[in-house]
Amino acid sequence: MKNVIHSVTLDRDKCKGCTNCIKTCPTQAIRVQKGKAKIIKERCIDCGECIRVCPYHAKKAVTDPLSMMEQFQYNIALPAPTLYGQFSQLTDINVLLNALVKLGFDHVFEVAYAAQIITNETQKLIESGELETPVINSACPAVVKLISVRFPNLINNIVPIISPMDLAAKMAREQAREKTGLADDEIGVFFITPCAAKATCTKHPIGMSGSYIDGVFSISDIYLKLLPYLNDKSEMKTLSKAGLRGVSWANSGGEVGGLRTENYIAVDGIHNVIKVLEELENDKLGDIDFVEALACTGGCVGGPLNVENNFVAKTRIKKLAAGVKDNPPPAEERDDVLWDAPIPYNPVMNLDPDIVVAMQKMQQMSEIYDTLPHLDCGSCGSPSCRTLAEDIVRGFARESDCIFKLREKVASLAHEMVELEELAPPSMQPKNEGELQ
Amino acid sequence: MADNVFRLHYDIDGEDFSVAGEASSKIKKTLKQLGVDPQIMRKVAVATYEGEINMVIHANGGTIDVEISPENIVMILKDNGPGIPDINLAMQEGYSTATEQVRELGFGAGMGLPNMKKYTDEMTVDSRLGEGTTITMIVRTNL
Repeated sequence: MKNVIHSVTLDRDKCKGCTNCIKTCPTQAIRVQKGKAKIIKERCIDCGECIRVCPYHAKKAVTDPLSMMEQFQYNIALPAPTLYGQFSQLTDINVLLNALVKLGFDHVFEVAYAAQIITNETQKLIESGELETPVINSACPAVVKLISVRFPNLINNIVPIISPMDLAAKMAREQAREKTGLADDEIGVFFITPCAAKATCTKHPIGMSGSYIDGVFSISDIYLKLLPYLNDKSEMKTLSKAGLRGVSWANSGGEVGGLRTENYIAVDGIHNVIKVLEELENDKLGDIDFVEALACTGGCVGGPLNVENNFVAKTRIKKLAAGVKDNPPPAEERDDVLWDAPIPYNPVMNLDPDIVVAMQKMQQMSEIYDTLPHLDCGSCGSPSCRTLAEDIVRGFARESDCIFKLREKVASLAHEMVELEELAPPSMQPKNEGELQ
Repeated sequence: MADNVFRLHYDIDGEDFSVAGEASSKIKKTLKQLGVDPQIMRKVAVATYEGEINMVIHANGGTIDVEISPENIVMILKDNGPGIPDINLAMQEGYSTATEQVRELGFGAGMGLPNMKKYTDEMTVDSRLGEGTTITMIVRTNL
């Protein structure tokens, strides 16, 4: 993958060059060089762990400015169900959807509604028996990317279906074209996101040859702008269509809760996901039908672009979902929701394309590693001693980058200097030492 | 590195389920870094994982040696456990001598040895009662 563009980026001015982010990155994609963090683009899966952990808020997700709406004649908001859980006073989803209209959108299409259709289509795919089991969900782009760089054997287990966000964009666009008669480039479709990875995959779609989305607004950017409209109950239209199964997608276990299986795993948090994927790869979970894996703690409510604490948001989502349980389920059936592009294996961890060279590098790596202190302190800028050994072999680092190795060298140099100092010339040495007989 | 063979050695701790599987996980990681074909990698991962778990359950630990060459991957799993009384029986799917306690932990389903055979191209079991077991497995890489 050349020229990979990521939503997750670094604000160089804010970065202090500490080692918090390098330690938490699940794909070892960050190094600290010259006092600043550096993201290795090929490895980054946009999970947002570094955004969450950075104490200086130097890691951020690039999303689009709200002013982007000015470029279009007709603007549609696609709120992620997670948005519903951000507001303490909100008891009716309809109030929030109307607030989006008052903020300037011409139409609102709930991603939660599309999610219900995706659930139905996923169920059909599972029942067709054509999928490799256990089936892994495709809705979390960070998990899909994680699989593509670390778990190549599981690529075929991912359900090849587009995400609720993409289906919502497709349907909203179709409806807008019909209703307004406008051309595609006059209709702006904007996803309101809790998620950095979603922002990236609207620019670089996964499993799809193109995206239907024009821009992405982060929940944290739109939050304050929405607040004043939440108290305005005038001119309320009925916009809320999504039911319990759709709204629940914001929480871990929400997607799989809509499927007709009890035999599932719902795992959230990227490091927990890795553990489950390891077990899957070792063929230890053959009796499981479906794995819902979400990169953020708690599911999408734990997304790095949210405002509200994810545990608080989770409870709100549950309450709001219960409130819409009587909304009629979508009648639409879609035969255009399958991925049309393959998920490639990106062997970013590979030391060399030639296995013999890779083996030589591996040998060097393990020899270098043996000499390192195994403290994984991160002071060298690599997340662990093993990664430093790898970086040295790859040519990105030096052994003296290790402060302990450097200290050893300084100590031995100092020792040598003392020894040299003791070697006085014969004329200055005490009697009987080195004296000519 | 002599003769284009890269070697890995692991000592497996017995009766500690919390670390069981760590060695096979490291082997898998190494194979990924070497750029070994994913399917080959999976075969080796499953075979060493099952072997490692067996060692922990039945033999109070042991050693795993892996020799990686461009042609094949050889895995030698050696323990000083009780030995396998009837190898043919042990090779049957579902046959298990694991204790109830081990089964409650989700292991001991009687798929260990059968899976090791299924996932490798060659497997020999050399077991002596009271002395221990050495299992040699080969996965060919056909490079």
